[in-house]
Amino acid sequence: MLTKRIVPCLDIKDGRTVKGVNFVELRDAGDPVELAAIYSEQGADELVFLDITATVEKRKTLVDLVKRVAREVNIPFTVGGGIGSKEDVSALLGAGADKVSINSAAVRNPGLVNELSLEFGAQCIVVAIDSKYVDGKHLVHTHGGRTPTDIETIGWAKEVEDRGAGEILLTSMDHDGTKGGFANTLTATISDLLTIPVIASGGAGNMVHFTDVFTEGKADAALAASIFHYKEIAIDELKMKLQGDGIAIRI
Amino acid sequence: MKVAVIRYNAGNVQSVVYALERLGVTPLWTDDHETIKSADKVIFPGQGEASTAMAYLRERGLDQLIVNLKQPVLGICIGLQLMCGHSEEGDTKCLGIFDLEVRKFVSRQSTTGNTKYKIPHMGWNRLENCEGKIFSGLNNPYVYYVHSFYADKGDDTVGTTDYILPFSGALHKDNFYAVQAHIEKSGTDGQKILTNFLEL
Repeated sequence: MLTKRIVPCLDIKDGRTVKGVNFVELRDAGDPVELAAIYSEQGADELVFLDITATVEKRKTLVDLVKRVAREVNIPFTVGGGIGSKEDVSALLGAGADKVSINSAAVRNPGLVNELSLEFGAQCIVVAIDSKYVDGKHLVHTHGGRTPTDIETIGWAKEVEDRGAGEILLTSMDHDGTKGGFANTLTATISDLLTIPVIASGGAGNMVHFTDVFTEGKADAALAASIFHYKEIAIDELKMKLQGDGIAIRI
Repeated sequence: MKVAVIRYNAGNVQSVVYALERLGVTPLWTDDHETIKSADKVIFPGQGEASTAMAYLRERGLDQLIVNLKQPVLGICIGLQLMCGHSEEGDTKCLGIFDLEVRKFVSRQSTTGNTKYKIPHMGWNRLENCEGKIFSGLNNPYVYYVHSFYADKGDDTVGTTDYILPFSGALHKDNFYAVQAHIEKSGTDGQKILTNFLEL
């Protein structure tokens, strides 16, 4: 049986982990490659690297980082953050990324999804959607969630699937940072509507939240950052708990 | 040991090269016939579309070269599909090493859960009923899949995975081996399969 995926997310700035913390095993808390290797050993199913580097000049460090990760880590990983062109995607996939995730650029130019999917294959094109509930509607937000649009989240998810996205990374900004659980209703609506996998993100605070997002939320994968970084939840323990709850999981 | 990775128009070959390097092997990524023929082991990896891949292989005579290889050959992902007889993807005649049809997954409602099967089949799933040396030391390992087409089960099937229906997760005939999963991205169990192949 296909298992549900647990996906830790690493925020990267200038080639370093932003929330580098107190893993005792780490020699260098800011080194994304070391952190990635530890997550992999703990049983992470995939990794996401989200680049939040501001300047174009320093973004070049991302390609070098991707090469280092690809050399050392033997599970799949996705790279996202500021990707806007075929050239960006080509460089990252060429460096060894398994998938790339695009967000604002897809909203700006929806045709980019078609273009990337045709060129590189749907399986490696993830469309990230940041969604916030505004005046009774779930609306897409761009630029790290700072800029609202008038595009409705559910319709947009369907549109990018039709345009050739291979996967959706759905972040609920209403839930993100609250530690109150994932946006299960919205996630389930989108997961039911689409035939491609949906990764739920935003709101993980305890282990039960993961069980809920895989059952009520019908998510194919669940992403979290801080609870893994700050060791509030260990991935191996989480997976044992999920298995105990009857969720198909890789142990 | 000389390991050749066949160079053609398929993506995501870099991760196979890195996986081999992690095992201490520096492979030759090449389309040169003599280099491939003289290698101890040949790996036929990749991601891509069947008809364009086959057209590329035929243009360069790599199709005939591959089927006539005598050393152990390992197809990975689309490599497995191209080693079959025919693929529904682009209605493509393939290499015919394994007399099997490659079909597109058709989604349906899951019988056990309240969800429908997603396509592509993406994520970790078990490789079951594994037979043969390349699975030595492994018991129904979890491996990482990303694919929308699958090979039917047949006489050469040496491992099955269940998604929508049971399909050929691994094939073996004479010196030809193939796995549908991305074993180069399948953690330590994937690494073990690759090691076992290199030790054949």
